[in-house]
Amino acid sequence: MKNFEFHRPQSVADAVTLLKGHEAAKLLAGGQSLLPVLKLDLAQPSDLVSLAKIPGLKEIRSEGNDLVIGALVTHDEVANSAEVKKRIPGLAGLAGGIGDAQIRNRGTIGGSLAHADPAADYPAAIVALGATIVTDRRQIAADDYFKGLFQTALEPDEIITAVRFPVPERSAYAKFPHPASKYAVAGVMVAKTAGGVRVAVTGAGPKVFRLPALEASLGGNFAWRAAEAVEVSPGDLRTGGEASPEYLAHLIKVMAKRAIQACQ
Amino acid sequence: MSDQGLGVSVARKEDRRFLLGKGRYTDDVSLPGQAHAVFVRSPHANAVIRGIDASQALQAPGVIAVLTGADVAADDLGGIPCGWTITNKDGSKMVAPPHPALAQGKARHAGDPVAMVIAETRAQAKDAAQLVDVDYDPQPAVAHLNAAVAPGAPQVWDEAPGNVCFDWHLGDPAATEAEFAQAARVVAIDLTNNRIAPNAIEPRAANGHYDDVNDHYTLYTTSQNPHLIRLLMGAFTLKVPEHKLRVVAPDVGGGFGSKIFHYAEELLVLWASRRVGHPVKWTSDRSEAFLSDAHGRDHVSHAELALTADGKFRALRVRTLANMGAYLSTFAPAIPTYLHATLLSGPYVLPAIYAEVKAIFTNTVPVDAVRGAGRPEATYLLERLVDKAARELGIDRVEIRRKNLIQPDQFPYQTPVALQYDVGDYPATLDMALEAIDYGKYAERKAASEQRGKLRGFGISTYIEACGIAPSALVGALGAGAGLYEAATVRVHPTGSVTVFTGTHSHGQGHETTFAQLVNERLGIPVENVEIVHGDTDRIPFGMGTYGSRSAAVGGSAIYKAIDKIVDKGKKIAAHLLEASVADIEFADGKYKVAGTDREKSFGEVAFTAYVPHNYPIETVEPGLEDSAFYDPKNFTFPGGCHLVEVEVDPETGEVDVVDVAIADDVGVIINPMIVDGQAHGGLAHGIGQALLEECVYDADGQLLSGSFMNYTMPRAADLPSFKVGNHVTACTHNPTGIKGVGEVGAIGVPPAVINAVLDALAPLGVTDITMPATPEKVWRAIQAAQGGAA
Repeated sequence: MKNFEFHRPQSVADAVTLLKGHEAAKLLAGGQSLLPVLKLDLAQPSDLVSLAKIPGLKEIRSEGNDLVIGALVTHDEVANSAEVKKRIPGLAGLAGGIGDAQIRNRGTIGGSLAHADPAADYPAAIVALGATIVTDRRQIAADDYFKGLFQTALEPDEIITAVRFPVPERSAYAKFPHPASKYAVAGVMVAKTAGGVRVAVTGAGPKVFRLPALEASLGGNFAWRAAEAVEVSPGDLRTGGEASPEYLAHLIKVMAKRAIQACQ
Repeated sequence: MSDQGLGVSVARKEDRRFLLGKGRYTDDVSLPGQAHAVFVRSPHANAVIRGIDASQALQAPGVIAVLTGADVAADDLGGIPCGWTITNKDGSKMVAPPHPALAQGKARHAGDPVAMVIAETRAQAKDAAQLVDVDYDPQPAVAHLNAAVAPGAPQVWDEAPGNVCFDWHLGDPAATEAEFAQAARVVAIDLTNNRIAPNAIEPRAANGHYDDVNDHYTLYTTSQNPHLIRLLMGAFTLKVPEHKLRVVAPDVGGGFGSKIFHYAEELLVLWASRRVGHPVKWTSDRSEAFLSDAHGRDHVSHAELALTADGKFRALRVRTLANMGAYLSTFAPAIPTYLHATLLSGPYVLPAIYAEVKAIFTNTVPVDAVRGAGRPEATYLLERLVDKAARELGIDRVEIRRKNLIQPDQFPYQTPVALQYDVGDYPATLDMALEAIDYGKYAERKAASEQRGKLRGFGISTYIEACGIAPSALVGALGAGAGLYEAATVRVHPTGSVTVFTGTHSHGQGHETTFAQLVNERLGIPVENVEIVHGDTDRIPFGMGTYGSRSAAVGGSAIYKAIDKIVDKGKKIAAHLLEASVADIEFADGKYKVAGTDREKSFGEVAFTAYVPHNYPIETVEPGLEDSAFYDPKNFTFPGGCHLVEVEVDPETGEVDVVDVAIADDVGVIINPMIVDGQAHGGLAHGIGQALLEECVYDADGQLLSGSFMNYTMPRAADLPSFKVGNHVTACTHNPTGIKGVGEVGAIGVPPAVINAVLDALAPLGVTDITMPATPEKVWRAIQAAQGGAA
């Protein structure tokens, strides 16, 4: 790990100013992805801008038909929040299965989304639930947010402040975790929303992706058998990883089926 | 009977400091003025080193020195020696290539140390290591056994054509061929025993201090055998006489074999300390451990079993390729030969065996002993083959074993592969395990699993292992460079408490408790009044260390032998005090008694008298009460037993869930049942890990793909069921303790039981083979292939 300057701004505006002023600065939230990378010298930021002292980023609240989760809310807090469990139990379940207890106690939803690991669990929830990423300057729709492997729509100096989830009729997440890392080899979130059924797959591709045919079929008849007919485009799948594309495509079907069943 | 002697689960004395985080490990040792070393390691599996430019690194903050292979050569450091020489079939010796402490001219595996950067802080050394500019010329590399023996394969060593280190055999080929020629049935199998990383929780570390005023060297190191390290450094690598050399292995956080061997870093920190005038400390990180700690297993075998029509075993022939890696580690050649082929009779009557083992160099991390070391490979081979034979002959898997087990009245039993088993009762452990798992109700459990959409499988392994290594003359005849006795000094203090100095080393085994129990058993002293000292060549006379489940059987016997001498001396003192003849003195329960009378002296009184010899037979008996013993074993010990596993396979995903494990072992006399259970649990976790989760994956170019805990899967508590562990004791006949050893039984016995269970679950689908580790994708693919699916 190389030396860096450490900053603890008191406001989002101050944090943005620090990011603008230091080209090689990195934001630090829970540190569960950034710190391992720093330890291995894979990232060598000049400055770390901690969000820890900024008020207002740790709230979970309902606003009308939306559930709003602050960027610094930890996975464990999402998993155990009475509000989340009542309104979107599928999201609480997903958060409770992220990594391990240490990761859940430190890792944050905003950090996970900014990092955009292709095998993280949250992207499936963001896309399937049609969430909105709220930043210091705008709102980004889920379908516009994830751009590729560790790539998002965020500007270099843009900070996620919250995530706004429209509450679905029902939703569930099923994942096949890597036995060592517990990242998703394939994770599928299914949500029945006012606007229709949305199905998002994480882990199996370079970024989270949807399954439009399955969504359409479930929109007609919300039954698990629909998953058996899913055709996954090989282009959506990761290659060169530990799991073969054939196995990934198969796991997506199985996880989709289990997520649909869990929605019943 | 004592409440702290043999058979009592005394709470572990060492746990207070471990549980409070107060253990003192090598990395906790910080010496005044110490500098820190970081190694530059080759990123290539095979590369010519055209040059090393350290000029930038030398200018980095805090850097004291950058040392390379050229410096090692200039100072005439010896290469890392291999401690075992194998003789080829044709009578010639194996190829033992040089192993310089820092690569000279060529790096031969990814992770091979090329330069050593020494700086005032570890962070500075780490930063500067990135500035060392090594000009590599990468060469074609080879990592996998079958590729390494293929025509035209890249050559790891010029002196080893075809990458063959040795071509060795054991057994009687003619008798074996004769059996096969007339066999009613022959069953064949091809197997891979997967390469695993040892992954002790404490990474290796070393802190070397050269004291120039006294011309004396002290090394703190993570070792299972500090005397062996001193011996090898003194005689081969550092070339410093032993009286100038002290090796301390303080608390060590797990070894599993990987900390037996003499590693380059150990001598390099001492050498560097001499050069730079500071103590030099190095601590491995996990990524470095994957690339520098010796790996284990990595065999490819073809085996055939000849049987009678009714399933009696007649002969076995085996051809094994064993991966040695790029260099020969300390005991590497012994593992696939004398700890593998000699075990191929298993617990069975098998009249003829012929085994051929070729050891192969590859551009990978050296392979050496990991928990079980050769015996897991032998057991896996035999138990997979026996299961296959049962299926092909249509005989029940339990019954085919039962009909071939060596019977209790056949001991001592001479196998056709050199070993003579002294004692055992294999039918008893088989029955005990079957009862523990409630085998009679297996069909009900299988039906219940099917109700849940799961395929249930039952797997069995009846196994034998050899430990308590080993008779020195025997291992010498087989090529070992050392004797494998053990030493102990027992010092009785004037007030009757005892310090035992043992040449074994505890790195998780609980010797501070179990060895104190041995003293309690013999002398009647509470374990609280017994201190066990290990791990320091200045405090302990000598020792060969801890591995191969030898410590209680061999080290414990040395302690018993030393205690016997003390008891005998005490008799003379007691006879004097009691005014009786020595012949009339009996010692039991901590008391010297005149036989047939109530006249007695406690052990404490005798000890005190020995040190305050006012009323004392001073003409014939020296004052003091301390004695030492070396114990050289008469034979190996032969723990064995039966391991049973039930799994549930999810046919949709291929996931294997180990739902039940019941084992019945015979590990000889038990000192501490709790610790024996703990050793069994740890070994089972290790074995289940190898069967289902763990694998060092190299790509074809010799890059280790599974080099971190993100992708090398260690077993965790959630991956394991609650184990049912039983013991049936037959005492070892040839050592004074009756102990056989327990440290490796789980890792040896359980892997084939797991795979046999998986194959049993999948048999209805037509699956007949699966390789370890049986990962979900492999299981799913096997199902698809058997069902004629697209996969």
